[in-house]
Amino acid sequence: MTDGSNISTAELTMNEPDDRNRLDATVQGLIHTGMDRPDGPLKVSGRATYAHEDQPADMMTGVLVRAPAAGGQITGMNAEAVRKLDGVRDVFHGKTFLRNPAQGTANEAPVQPDGKISYIGQPVALVVADTFEQARHAAHMIELQITPEDAVTDLDVAEIETPKDKQSSQGDLDAALSDAAYTVDETYRTSGHNSSAMEPHAAIAQWDGGKLTLRGSYQMLKYNVNELADALGVDAENVHILAPYVGGGFGSKLGISHEAVAAAHAARELGAPVAVVLSRQQVLEATMRRSETVQHIKLAADADGRMTGIGHDSTVSQLLDESFAEPVSQATPFLYRGENREIGMHIKRINRMCAGSVRAPGEAVGITALEIAMDELADVSGIDPVELRKRNIPDVDPSDGREFSSHKLAEALDDGAKTFGWADREAGKTDGEWLIGYGMSSATRVNMLGESHARVTLNEDGSLLVETDMTDIGTGTYAILTQIAGEMLGVPADRVTVRLGDSSLPKAAGSGGSWGAASSGGSVFVACEALRKKIAETMGVEERDLTLQDGVATANNRRADLPEFTKNGPLTVEGTINKGDTQTDRRQATFGAFFAEVGVNSVTGETRVRRMHGSFAAGRILNAKTARSQCLGGMTFGIGMALTEELMFDKRDGHLVNNDLAEYHVPVNLDVPQLTVNFVQERDPWANPMQAKGIGELGICGAGASIINAIYDACGVRVRDLPATMDKILPGLPDM
Amino acid sequence: MKQFDYIRASANSDVTRTPDATIIAGGTNLLDLMKLEVMTPDKLVDISRLDLKQITPTRDGGLRIGALVTNSDLAADMTVREDYAALSSALLAGASGQLRNKATTGGNLLQRTRCYYFYDTDQPCNKREPGSGCGAMEGANRLHAILGVTDKCIASHPSDMAVAMQMLGAEIEIEGTDGASRTVPLSEFYLIPTDPAVETVLQSGELITAVTLPAPAEGNQTYRKVRDRASYAFAMVSVAARIEVSEGKITQAAIACGGIGSMPWRDPAVEEALVGQEPSATLFSKAADILVADAAPKDGNAFKVPLARRTLIATLKELTGVQQ
Repeated sequence: MTDGSNISTAELTMNEPDDRNRLDATVQGLIHTGMDRPDGPLKVSGRATYAHEDQPADMMTGVLVRAPAAGGQITGMNAEAVRKLDGVRDVFHGKTFLRNPAQGTANEAPVQPDGKISYIGQPVALVVADTFEQARHAAHMIELQITPEDAVTDLDVAEIETPKDKQSSQGDLDAALSDAAYTVDETYRTSGHNSSAMEPHAAIAQWDGGKLTLRGSYQMLKYNVNELADALGVDAENVHILAPYVGGGFGSKLGISHEAVAAAHAARELGAPVAVVLSRQQVLEATMRRSETVQHIKLAADADGRMTGIGHDSTVSQLLDESFAEPVSQATPFLYRGENREIGMHIKRINRMCAGSVRAPGEAVGITALEIAMDELADVSGIDPVELRKRNIPDVDPSDGREFSSHKLAEALDDGAKTFGWADREAGKTDGEWLIGYGMSSATRVNMLGESHARVTLNEDGSLLVETDMTDIGTGTYAILTQIAGEMLGVPADRVTVRLGDSSLPKAAGSGGSWGAASSGGSVFVACEALRKKIAETMGVEERDLTLQDGVATANNRRADLPEFTKNGPLTVEGTINKGDTQTDRRQATFGAFFAEVGVNSVTGETRVRRMHGSFAAGRILNAKTARSQCLGGMTFGIGMALTEELMFDKRDGHLVNNDLAEYHVPVNLDVPQLTVNFVQERDPWANPMQAKGIGELGICGAGASIINAIYDACGVRVRDLPATMDKILPGLPDM
Repeated sequence: MKQFDYIRASANSDVTRTPDATIIAGGTNLLDLMKLEVMTPDKLVDISRLDLKQITPTRDGGLRIGALVTNSDLAADMTVREDYAALSSALLAGASGQLRNKATTGGNLLQRTRCYYFYDTDQPCNKREPGSGCGAMEGANRLHAILGVTDKCIASHPSDMAVAMQMLGAEIEIEGTDGASRTVPLSEFYLIPTDPAVETVLQSGELITAVTLPAPAEGNQTYRKVRDRASYAFAMVSVAARIEVSEGKITQAAIACGGIGSMPWRDPAVEEALVGQEPSATLFSKAADILVADAAPKDGNAFKVPLARRTLIATLKELTGVQQ
């Protein structure tokens, strides 16, 4: 029996550190274990329904039409003729269509340009037909009339903006450089990247009266609902998004995208469900790219290798009227010591697809370049690269004097070096034609918390239900929320049900910026702690004296099965966690270290990674298996960034040249060798009551540098323009 | 994909009697191109049920490979593995396991270039749309050919298999519209892209029925592929080579290269420079110079000139045991 009196709320704002280490005292034994994902069997047997798989009857299919020019205004199209093609229901275009997807947490529609074209590949119309094949052909038959407008398609001639709030300076870097015993002053380049998630962007829209249900593939539903509603001009309460399974996001599905708005618009007009799935080419051409970067880095160090100055000046690119700029130097202010600092940021405006979040915006490329520069400093100073980094770990954030919430870089460096066998590496090693080299780099990523809500119910049969609109984008959310709830309330994992990805559920922070586990997990923790208090109250004991295990509450020599506490109906608590003063009182970050062994072919310049190790410190590790998988994925991204991945543009017209997975080279199995991952024991009380920090992105932040540094060790070629394809290495190899 | 008529061939004559149809076998390349409407055939004739799947010895000690033998089956054939090892290696260096299970011998010979501009129907391409121009010439041309190119087209041929077959001296059996067969050496099968849309000597209505390999030759053979990632990438440069050394002199040399030519590239002058000579680094360097003497590189593919040189030299060293 349920009544309102059994539903309550609990809220925590992280204004104070929580060093109770509650999850070390609980005894269910779920937390930290490598528990299998509850959703795993569904996924490997094809029963998990991804966005395009839950298809309503009488569904129609829409295919988006691509703009063929980088600038212009559409003045007409042969829509009438295309409407007459086999199976075609209608052709849509005009002011509802998005120019580009929404940025993460935008919470409102992105630019809706009403036929104005800003880049090649911009989806400008939707053709809906009875079948996908009919729609695809008809979309191909659309001929656009375009009044050309100026477009900037060559970065070399693009205008540069230098936003005042993105420049900072302290001390006198020039003086530090001229006084230094050792300096590095080099420019590094990273290429544009696309997340290329396995599941392409997909949406099925269905209206019932004035209410929209959208099955989609998105990361942050509470924002996505508002973005979609805004784009469609309807109230947010009439928009319901379902995203129970997301086949990879990496930032590309943070905001609402073309397919959702086009499908919803067409479904409204046609009075029938409409599905729109981006082709792989459209994913590459129309979803978020990571901007290419040019990074001018200056390092100054004294005779002992102690750094006295860092300069990090970066240039990225973006579409007009978009404020996001890849935050390249986000972690530069706090990673290493040095009282003299200059951080610069410049934005070039260009007619390319929108730049946005791709796994670890900022550190992914910024720390990679900085860590190549650090290797150059190690080289000129003759100091071991691990030792050089350890000597430069600051006591406090050097940019503002804040203490760190927790700082385990030194431990990660030591653990990684030991596990990898860094000290025993052999100089000048060869294997047939292959020149073997070793490299390392540090990892760091800022840590965040976002407002999050979750509802936890203790059912009458002693089972648990956890509900939140949080998403699982392959990261393991289903697993960790099961573990947190089960651990806190002493319920075995198979008696915990987690419902996610439904915007009607309590609103979570969403998946992004590595904050998902801390935020959604934090709200579940808060709800569970309140439930523990209710149980303790009933038993007449203090909550901390309560032991919950395997469905049984024990306190003061009394035992009670959990159903005894639900005699008046299920107990429900909606838990809320908010970020608070701990976010600003301390510098919060995760740290780690990468070690790589590569072979460079002395004939061809081909580089293959032979083994790679990462040691990471990210507070409490909630699930050893899914956390490890996150790190493996990040390191694999690092291999791609270092060796193969590059969005290639034709600067004459601005089009993306390699718009498929045959030519945009993500690493394949054979490119990824044995990867190993260790976690350094850590609890961060300033982060959240679980003392856990984000792990989703740390594995990419600097990973590529260990490979680039290993290439230098192998063959003496210093690649400063990523990816390190063979053509860049070949000129530095001995003549044949 | 544009709508098309579909004919399922039950006899070779079903193909040769419908010269207006485009042949589909494994479909690993054609279907992709049709989805993108890079190719828009009105009519397909499906030959996958024809009896062209045998690998049989020939009377002169060679091997006859039916046009529908899949890449997987051909790579795994014991005779191929033992006597034509370079071919087996080349096949396994191409595509992925799934694609090799579908792709056929005849289809592999006819696969289209991977030029980015050929694949993008909003871009100019003389091969896809004669007279529209070449986007790659002054555009992105990392993948492109440095040999056998014209001012109309610099697309490279993507096949690994065909490179090994070119080195092995394969011949193509072709059945014509009159039901008669003709045989074309692979070395005369492909055309320089003066008219880039016409890639081979194959005429409308003609059907490749088999590829024949000559009797196994003496010497060591290998296939070496250089690429941007370890698997599932097209060759930047590849070398198929067979070298026989007798009494300290090279007595036979057969060399073909992939990734650098508008077709699987075999230059007799390279082989002539080697035959009769004592194997040495100097000799191989000279042969490599001959290979790239007429190279016409662009900005993006200029690295293929030194890369092809180095790869050929290393391959020849490996096959002859020359050190250093």
